[in-house]
Amino acid sequence: MNAPLRRLSVLVILMFVALMGGATWVQYFQASSLNADSRNVRTLYRDHGQDRGPIVVAGEPVAYSEPVDDPFGFQRVYADGPLYAPVTGWYGLYQATGMERAAHTVLNGTDDSLLLSRVRTLFTGAEQGGGSVELTIDPAAQQAAWDALDGRRGAAVAIDPRTGAILAMVSRPSYDPNALAAHSSADADAAYTGLLEDEGDPLFNRTIGGNLYAPGSTFKLIDLAMLLETGDYDPETEIEAPTEYLLPGTQDTMLRNPGGGTCGGETVTLEYALQVSCNTPFAMLAVEHGDDALREQAEAFGFGEPLDVPMSVTPSRFPADPDPAQTAMSAIGQFDVRVTPLQMAMVSAAVANDGDVMRPYLIATERGPDLQVTARTEPEVFAEPISASTAATMRDLMVNVVANGTGSPAQISGVQVAGKTGTAETGSDEDVAPDAWFTAFAPADDPQIAVAVVVEDGGAYGEEGTGASVAAPVARQIIQAVLAE
Amino acid sequence: MATVAPSRIRTGRAAEVWLLLLAVALGVGGYALVGLNTGDALPEDFGRYALILAGVAVVLHLVVRWRARYADPLLVPLVLALNGIGLAIIHRIDIGMTARGIPFAAGPRQLMWTALGAVLAAAVIIALRDHRTLRRYTFTAMVAGLVLLVLPMTPGLGVNRNGAQLWIEVGPLSFQPAEIAKILLAIFFAGYLVTNRDVLTLAGPKILGLQLPRVRDLGPLLLAWAVAIGVLVVERDLGTSLLFFGLFVAMLYVATERASWIIIGLLMFAAGALLAVNLFPHVADRFDIWLNALDSDIYNREFGGSGQLVRGLFGLALGGLMGAGWGEGFPHLTTHANSDFIVSALGEELGLTGLIAILLIYLVLAQRGLRMAIGVRDGFGKLLASGLAFTLAFQCFVVVGGVTRLIPLTGLTMPFMAAGGSSLVANWIIIGLLVRISDSSRRPAAEGGGEVVGAETARIALSTQNEGTGKGPDGAARPRRRGGTSAAVYDTADDVPRVPANDAHDQDDDDDQHTEVVERP
Repeated sequence: MNAPLRRLSVLVILMFVALMGGATWVQYFQASSLNADSRNVRTLYRDHGQDRGPIVVAGEPVAYSEPVDDPFGFQRVYADGPLYAPVTGWYGLYQATGMERAAHTVLNGTDDSLLLSRVRTLFTGAEQGGGSVELTIDPAAQQAAWDALDGRRGAAVAIDPRTGAILAMVSRPSYDPNALAAHSSADADAAYTGLLEDEGDPLFNRTIGGNLYAPGSTFKLIDLAMLLETGDYDPETEIEAPTEYLLPGTQDTMLRNPGGGTCGGETVTLEYALQVSCNTPFAMLAVEHGDDALREQAEAFGFGEPLDVPMSVTPSRFPADPDPAQTAMSAIGQFDVRVTPLQMAMVSAAVANDGDVMRPYLIATERGPDLQVTARTEPEVFAEPISASTAATMRDLMVNVVANGTGSPAQISGVQVAGKTGTAETGSDEDVAPDAWFTAFAPADDPQIAVAVVVEDGGAYGEEGTGASVAAPVARQIIQAVLAE
Repeated sequence: MATVAPSRIRTGRAAEVWLLLLAVALGVGGYALVGLNTGDALPEDFGRYALILAGVAVVLHLVVRWRARYADPLLVPLVLALNGIGLAIIHRIDIGMTARGIPFAAGPRQLMWTALGAVLAAAVIIALRDHRTLRRYTFTAMVAGLVLLVLPMTPGLGVNRNGAQLWIEVGPLSFQPAEIAKILLAIFFAGYLVTNRDVLTLAGPKILGLQLPRVRDLGPLLLAWAVAIGVLVVERDLGTSLLFFGLFVAMLYVATERASWIIIGLLMFAAGALLAVNLFPHVADRFDIWLNALDSDIYNREFGGSGQLVRGLFGLALGGLMGAGWGEGFPHLTTHANSDFIVSALGEELGLTGLIAILLIYLVLAQRGLRMAIGVRDGFGKLLASGLAFTLAFQCFVVVGGVTRLIPLTGLTMPFMAAGGSSLVANWIIIGLLVRISDSSRRPAAEGGGEVVGAETARIALSTQNEGTGKGPDGAARPRRRGGTSAAVYDTADDVPRVPANDAHDQDDDDDQHTEVVERP
């Protein structure tokens, strides 16, 4: 009976090898997909039961985890919830958004950069904490933008044109992330449903996403860049500026200037056309140069380009195949041109930074649980849309817009501000108030900040000036807040 | 006979002491860590727990020293380690469930069962001086085993838990009779097969190079198969059915050395299981869950869904390579985490590393069981030891395989670990039996000769000599290797040296069966 016994013991060994293989399959090879399964409550408990690292603005945590006595163990708290909500997002039981999502692996300590720290805890037996994320946000600029947009729908974003660091990112209306991070899923669900149904779309981060905006006359900066880059134009070039421009290919569709009047004569200088934001000259020149030239210029500024800051930014877009009439409308930031405020701030930033767009970013440094810096964002060039000389010319023209033109509400005594206004019609109906735009940088001779502001329904139909008077002061207050430091 | 072994025989008792210390440390350490990691303090009954575990170690060690001093020194420490780790994880799940608002106190009960199990194992070692005594109860064991096996099918007595009709309930006591049945049936199979192995070995037709048994000898296999399929269908439990049938086929193979039995058995079982899948929806459900566990409609099915299995897998995944650590996972999120899914709880908190370590403990335990079967001299002992050891391994395979989706999930419990008195006590009894068999397996020939075996052998030798040239009742066809059932004496090559002593190592002691036959009028 011993021969079969020996064979039986081999069989038993094989059975156990199979079991070890099965366990290895589940616990090693399948583990990550099982952990990521949406039905896996354990992942929730683990992540929420952990001392998640803070999101820090200027040394103060704006999002942090607090020990609580519930099955999860830690509650995410947002210190100044609505103010920073577009940046932080929220960390809920079933969903994480914004920075909480984008920097999740750093915050929960599983990022590759924290490997060393994890190996250490393996030996010391200490609990692996989360890393922290320090943002580039300037709290003064953030607060100024928040206050200036009070009671209105809109967005403001400010970047440092020299580095791409995002200094302010405000979207209104906002929401309280604390309600969405509640551990009672009934409460959190109710809050979430309420916010989803809110017609003000408070959950949108309007600076980088949402439904995007028509840029209106701020798009003329891209027209201008395209024209100057051809080398055939300078600020003194006289260009046609009729009161009405019959859109090519149409019977009677007229494109008019803001206010419907003339724009200072049959021909005007390029400088003057930008100063008062004439529509007809830019539309005609766009048709003359064609939609491809305009699209190329727009894409050079970053249109259509994926970008993560680290939250992903919805790419701005220029229509793919417009007819000449549509090209004319696109040139004044209407038709199907759609942009994010961040994209328009990047246009100003390119002018401010000698023609180079720096890659925008929100995370200045990442630190491990031991507060050692594990990653630091190095500024890098994102795009080179215009030459330095074009940038210099555009700067002068934008300074002129604020000093003598539609941008006057952005004037700051003692500081040269360069900017461009915009009033974007959101429908053909004259009852719908257009969105008011302003993008700028300052000081013009030593740029430290580039901003873009949009105020929804802030303008008056056909009135460029009213839009400017709504959006430009917001930009001014942000600039003042940054320059005051 | 008179020669005394020149070198001192190693009994392994000193090694056993160290291993027991290690085993107790594993259990007590795990128990302490559960308390420290969940509540920053030692568990309330830590002292009692440590005392009982240490007490079990001391008592069993002393009993083994006293009554089975040549027993395998690995058996008790391995089992105690498993039992201790099991207690720690059960306590951990008590804490987790209580924190969820569902008061659980399986730990103290399991501790009590541990003590009882160890006492019974000690009782087996003390009371059963020679495992061959059990052979007298071959048919009693069969009847009792079958009754126990079908007991849960009895209306009014059997209870359905988690879809399996495996339990009986009498008043406040509930009991899983299949656990005890497996011991009784192992005794029965061993007794039956050692008597009838010669008939079963008789050659039948040869097909495709495979020596098939005679058709008329298929009776017992058919019966076992029918019972196994009956269990599968009526008790709705593939595990018990597999365990029972696996035990029978494995022992049949050991007894007859015919691979054809295994192949026929497996084919029959597969055919029966396939039929059951097609005829009975609850069996089909189990297969469905196994194959498509992660499908959302199967996961979300209200009854017979894969939710429990998948939550177990989530637990294993969370554990990963190194595990969450004692008390740091969420094993209590899986239903029945302390019984059917104790493996996923262990995998979650101790990781793949810990789980593999535990599997290795089981593997070593089973291998020691099979090793002692090779060493022991009598056929009954060989069959019983291998049957018991194989059940242990097979039960592990079925449980862990079910939890890791290697095979369909079943209702079996992890031996020595899962919460549940019947299983724990039954398995401790098995260890008592194995200690007893290993003692006679490892006992040096000289000393053995002076004791039980010697006397027995002498008696056998005498009676066989008296029978002289007696013929087997089945005088016609003579088996390949041995004589007929009562003709062991023909097997002279093996048996001759038995008269002076039983120092021949690889000898079968079938003849005491023969003696009985002879003595019976």
